Amino acid sequence: APPRPLLSAARLAPLPAPPQPARPGPAASMSRRRHSDENDGGQPHKRRRTSEPSEIEERLESLICRVGEKSTSSLESNLEGLAGVLEADLPNYKSKILRILCTVARLLPEKLTVYTTLVGLLNARNYNFGGEFVEAMIRQLKECLKANMYNEAVYLVRFLSDLVNCHVIAAPSMVAMFENFVSVTQEEDVPQVRCDWYVFAFLSSLPWVGKELYEKKDAEMDRILSQTESYLKRRQKIHVPMLQVWSADKPHPQEEYLDCLWAQIQKLKKDRWQERHILRPYLAFDSILCEALQHNLPPFTPPPHTEDSVYPMPRVIFRMFDYTDDPEGPVMPGSHSVERFVIEENLHCIIKSHWKERKTCAAQLLSYPGNNKIPLNYHIVEVVFAELFQLPVPPHIEVMYTTLLIELCKLQPGSLPQVLAQATEMLYMRLDTMNTTCIDRFMNWFSHHLSNFQFRWSWEDWSDCLTHDLDKPKPKFVREVLEKCMRLSYHQRIIDIVPATFSVLSPANPSCIYKYGDESNKSLPGYTVALCLTIAIKNKTSNDEIFGILKDVPNPNQDDDDDEGFTFNPLKIEVFVQTLLHLAAKSFSHSFSALAKFHEVFKTLAESDEGKLHVLRVVYEVWKNHPQMIAVLVDKMIRTQIVDCAAVANWIFSPELAHDFTRFYIWEILHSTIRKMNKHVVKIQKELEETKARLARQHKRRDSDDDDDDDDRSSDREDGPLEEQIERLQEKVESAQSEQKNLFLVIFQRFIMILTEHLVRCETGGIDVITPWYKNCIERLQQIFLQHHQIIQQYMLTLENLLFTAELDHHILAVFQQFCALQA
Amino acid sequence: MCSVAMLSVLRSDSYAELSQYRDQHFRGNRYDQERLLKKSCTLYVGNLSFYTTEEQIYELFGKSGDIKKIIMGLDKVKKTACGFCFVEYYSRGDAENAMRYINGTRLDDRIIRTDWDAGFKEGRQYGRGRSGGQVRDEYRQDYDAGRGGYGKVVQPQ
Repeated sequence: APPRPLLSAARLAPLPAPPQPARPGPAASMSRRRHSDENDGGQPHKRRRTSEPSEIEERLESLICRVGEKSTSSLESNLEGLAGVLEADLPNYKSKILRILCTVARLLPEKLTVYTTLVGLLNARNYNFGGEFVEAMIRQLKECLKANMYNEAVYLVRFLSDLVNCHVIAAPSMVAMFENFVSVTQEEDVPQVRCDWYVFAFLSSLPWVGKELYEKKDAEMDRILSQTESYLKRRQKIHVPMLQVWSADKPHPQEEYLDCLWAQIQKLKKDRWQERHILRPYLAFDSILCEALQHNLPPFTPPPHTEDSVYPMPRVIFRMFDYTDDPEGPVMPGSHSVERFVIEENLHCIIKSHWKERKTCAAQLLSYPGNNKIPLNYHIVEVVFAELFQLPVPPHIEVMYTTLLIELCKLQPGSLPQVLAQATEMLYMRLDTMNTTCIDRFMNWFSHHLSNFQFRWSWEDWSDCLTHDLDKPKPKFVREVLEKCMRLSYHQRIIDIVPATFSVLSPANPSCIYKYGDESNKSLPGYTVALCLTIAIKNKTSNDEIFGILKDVPNPNQDDDDDEGFTFNPLKIEVFVQTLLHLAAKSFSHSFSALAKFHEVFKTLAESDEGKLHVLRVVYEVWKNHPQMIAVLVDKMIRTQIVDCAAVANWIFSPELAHDFTRFYIWEILHSTIRKMNKHVVKIQKELEETKARLARQHKRRDSDDDDDDDDRSSDREDGPLEEQIERLQEKVESAQSEQKNLFLVIFQRFIMILTEHLVRCETGGIDVITPWYKNCIERLQQIFLQHHQIIQQYMLTLENLLFTAELDHHILAVFQQFCALQA
Repeated sequence: MCSVAMLSVLRSDSYAELSQYRDQHFRGNRYDQERLLKKSCTLYVGNLSFYTTEEQIYELFGKSGDIKKIIMGLDKVKKTACGFCFVEYYSRGDAENAMRYINGTRLDDRIIRTDWDAGFKEGRQYGRGRSGGQVRDEYRQDYDAGRGGYGKVVQPQ
């Protein structure tokens, strides 16, 4: 469809005046009567045909939001038209217009200069409105900072600074604000991340307004810049290795975000603040705008640091492309050019705005202006992977990026797939230094992507990986990819899609291993009981009869069996679990039914901690060729409380699993287990809050009703059940939180043990500590910290005093120190 | 003011909205049905191959969150898979993400379609076509190797 003409200023009349507000009714129950009914008791008259207030607000919002989109008229003409319409509407709709403009400043940062121009035009026509807008923006900025909405606050600061270019705000007052920002770096006893934010807000506005501010106040700007520089030199950067996607500096250094921005601003200053990428519609209106009177920003004191302040985490800038990667197309701006910063910021903002609408998101990314001057496809792919690989976690759910890339390929079938293939190749080449968590995400993305394109890939290009040890990153990656591809298809398909030489990397056929299956295993202890059990289960016997059959199983651990047979008997567990899982092997549903039907037997056999561990061991023995089945069974067993989370954690670190310790599915299981624990705690906390709220409402209802009933006893009786419930839930919450803390402590403890073992062995053997296993393990430990950082923050004292003490090997302690540095 | 104010252009979530389809066999009025659809955690998944397994569905739909249950759609007569299923999540947000990012992508090389479901009830796992499979496989004219070949109306007796 051709783009609609957005506005025709001459034909667009201002909106009708609002209807008179209804008189307030005498009592609450009267409030629903409409204004028109109140007027006469006789015949109801027709309501006047005026637009509802909400309709008007919608129309205003729509007009404002749509300016800047594709249109048959030029952007300048649309802005001029809109400014005229809004100016005419100011008498009646000023507060609505103020609110909408403040909101677009905060939520549509990718259209920053469009809206600053609009505000500039309005200010030129109505000085008071300009002043009120600036005041409203400052109020909104303060609210955002108090509400820990720091990312959006940056957009507000940038908006204010661009208003200098539109002659709305006087440059010296903006410089004064930035002086106050950067003097936060002089505050004592505040987290570094607080100072970081104020410096970032200042530096990241300079691409837009550096030139103007420097022209008006160069001495002051030099002072602020020098103060910034000395802060950047003295701030600590212990956290950086934990956040880098690659540990190598070649071919592109993975810089800390403030370092990168500082280099970009330095270069901009050296280029005398000449910046040519940003679209500046206000330049076309210079003659109008320079006639406008400017406002001074009120002196801005940064709100003080409080206990509740949560500042953004530091970041590392992800770079994978440079100008050599697209030799035929336009030149990619260098890593320290301010253009690179602005392009990346805007592309990230577009994804932030449209993440729910994948087609719109793809279209908006591809219509980013400057398409012929920059290699847009490369920028887009780099920004998407930057988010996908971001540590600690991507801004959005991983699967969104897979689908977004597919939409982008659909819209640019002749060019984007090639860039994506090139990117895949580059990521593969650099696997040796890639963070393990990022390799996981790369592997997940690549396998899911391939499944949408018939698994077509030039695997032979990756034959080099066959010459390496299978535990090296490249062959390991290919193995995991093939395993994931198999999960989305089936075993034979994978055999068919790879060259014969790759068979050593192909996944195992996901079949069940039943140790009592063959007649040749007759001599195994428990064999006859297994046969008996098989027949019984096929004949749908009761749980009691199952217990009866199992009584006959001797306990290899003790000389005489207990009467009940309820003590830990590994052989009993083995026979039962092996047989049942074998019978239910047909599908996940069959296995889940089996777990449900024989839940009582499981609970009894797995009552002790050793029992739980052994159940998990047997599950592994039966299904070691089908990791996906192991994962879903463990999930079900946790949810039905056959095993608990700590048992799973201990099992993962057990010697039996050492062979699979670096395989992706193990960590999938562990993180899923931690997530279940976290969700459980949140669920009970929510129940507690809801019950407390119900009690509060009950009190309120009692207080607001008439005070005739002074009977305290009846009030207590009403409260009784709820208060009991609250007490019970409080206990439940405490118990769940304690279980959660214990889970993390178990995990950290096991990591420390297993890493220390390795380090000691290497030291005494005189071999290099950094083996593929070690890199994997230490990065898995980092992953625990990063992925669950909010919860782990609660345990800092315990971790510091109990586990991560000074006696620990410095390799392990470094991970803890890096983590502490993230919010320091 | 800050945290509440939003823009309709950013609220748009068309992939997660209700479609026009309403199950004609639903016991209850339209209002009840829509109320259930709007808070449901269950998705109907269509256009599956007859050979697509529960495991494959788990793997793909697991990408938007933890799956509570999968119920395979069955031919009423043969009791074999007939190309649809229900996926139930523990949380609505996970189901919404499936609607946003898994709907309209491929599983087993086929573009699959997801839609909100009011909730599984016994009996709904069976196809409603006369021959036992899904209605769409009764009347279609094309040849689809993954769905039993030609539609029943075209197949030789």
